[in-house]
Amino acid sequence: MSTDLAIETNGLVKVFGDNRAVDGVDLRVPAGTVYGLLGPNGAGKTTTVKMLATLLRPDGGEALVFGSDVLKDADTVRGRVSLTGQYASVDEDLTGTENLLLLGRLLGHGKRASRERAAQLLDAFGLTEAADRQVKNYSGGMRRRIDIAASILNTPDLLFLDEPTTGLDPRSRNQVWDIVRAVVAQGTTVLLTTQYLDEADQLASRIAVIDHGRVIAEGTKGELKASVGAGAVHVRLRDADRRPDAERVLTVALNATVQLEADPVALTARVNGHGTELGAAEQAARALAELAREGITVDNFALGQPSLDEVFLALTDRKPATEKEAVA
Amino acid sequence: MSTAATREAEDLTFTAPKTESLAALLVARERPPRPSALAASVTFGWRAMLKIKHVPEQLFDVTAFPIMMVLMYTYLFGGALAGSVDAYIQFLLPGILVMSVVMITMYTGVAINTDIDKGVFDRFRTLPIWRPAPMVGYLLGDAVRYVMASVVMLTVGMIIGYRPEGGPMGVLLGVVLLLVFSFAFSWIWTMFGLMLRTEKSVMGVSMMVIFPLTFLSNVFVEPKTMPGWLQAFVNNSPVTHLATAVRELMAGNWPTADIAWTLGWAALFVVGFGAITMRLYNRR
Repeated sequence: MSTDLAIETNGLVKVFGDNRAVDGVDLRVPAGTVYGLLGPNGAGKTTTVKMLATLLRPDGGEALVFGSDVLKDADTVRGRVSLTGQYASVDEDLTGTENLLLLGRLLGHGKRASRERAAQLLDAFGLTEAADRQVKNYSGGMRRRIDIAASILNTPDLLFLDEPTTGLDPRSRNQVWDIVRAVVAQGTTVLLTTQYLDEADQLASRIAVIDHGRVIAEGTKGELKASVGAGAVHVRLRDADRRPDAERVLTVALNATVQLEADPVALTARVNGHGTELGAAEQAARALAELAREGITVDNFALGQPSLDEVFLALTDRKPATEKEAVA
Repeated sequence: MSTAATREAEDLTFTAPKTESLAALLVARERPPRPSALAASVTFGWRAMLKIKHVPEQLFDVTAFPIMMVLMYTYLFGGALAGSVDAYIQFLLPGILVMSVVMITMYTGVAINTDIDKGVFDRFRTLPIWRPAPMVGYLLGDAVRYVMASVVMLTVGMIIGYRPEGGPMGVLLGVVLLLVFSFAFSWIWTMFGLMLRTEKSVMGVSMMVIFPLTFLSNVFVEPKTMPGWLQAFVNNSPVTHLATAVRELMAGNWPTADIAWTLGWAALFVVGFGAITMRLYNRR
């Protein structure tokens, strides 16, 4: 019940038919930070956000927003949060100005104050020229901006951003990121859901990785990255027959499990950064040198950042290992 | 394809967000008091008006459709049922007015269902306002549409020979009663709009409800010649009570019983379907 927490959930559950969309989620989101919920499609991110925003009723557990229960105190919660969903949460038939006026009036502002606030927001979001156009004629990036503008018409204490940059081009994506940073700088807590590791990396201070409705890892960016590894080396051999040898060499050199790809000459090994001072690139260089010494010809190699897939692979791989350790 | 390209080009001309002015806007954390239930509902009604302004085609169903209904049924049945068009229109017009407006109410469900699909509904549901306000707003906006439909139909009716003996006052009272009933009856559509998954299914179910309910009434003929079981239904149908009440009011009479029945049904609809609607709205 600490007042320093913007969000606190205990064993939050939501069931749709046979599908346990959210299956016992515990979150502690400190106030004044950006908290990332990272996970693939269907992981339960949006369902979690919807429960926290009072749009869905939890089937089990409890959820508190600034200490208020989302079920019992829904109205108090609604007074402090704003939601920008995956779909533009504005009326596409209305113009940008009309949308903001509508919300201004609904939030209790007078006609004049609503008009002023709408004009200021449109200006701040670079939408003045599009003010009198219907939102359905906006580009993807503009839609996102009017949507976020609508969400901060009254500065919320907690802003939910549900995949705010999915489907945006890089320039619009950067603009949204700038907006998020500006919002947080003024003291608003942001709960951000995303499928992109780099987005969570750019914005969030703490991240919960969520899959099949459960939090499978949680921590600061540093903690999470350390657990996942620094990246992966993708290697293509000239001769498919040498792959078992290459697998053995890489396993030893990188002290990691090696994945055999569908392509018979390809392997992928994670560079995990545990127990060594070396950076990922040096480790990879050493591993390649080992392959050369064994006389295995490498046609091509690449060092990649851990992708979300690899994060999941790493996290799901690691689990049995730690359990074994616990037993031993 | 070309529109997408133009849009993108136009987008480029807009300035990037100004984070400094944004910061200034965010500093203000004062919140005005919540709007009253009425103010919030009226604001949603205003939204419905804005939608009409931007998509005027949606008025087709309150202009062309009612004209068609009046002309079609008057000339189709007039000679056969009442001996002449002139005689029939005196009986038919209040009834066909009731039928058309009650039929038009079903678009409310479709409108709500479309909004849910588009995500704007989620925004409304997270606002700290009187919960039924968005629903009441739809219905207020629709009331304006029903007034338009009524004016159109009465005008066409007068042109082809309808002469209400109740005068302007009788006509006005009839229309007001019709509006009150339509507002109350529409809660059945808000319920379906929230309950069913797609626009098509809302439309389909609405048709299933609206056709028997409006046709199995005394709108076209007196129920005397109908079989007993049908008379039992027709004589107790809310649409029959409403049609009789509107017909009598416009003819200059005061049909106390039918007005009471109509208002009773209306109250029942609001309490029953209104409660289910709000339950669905809160539980989605």
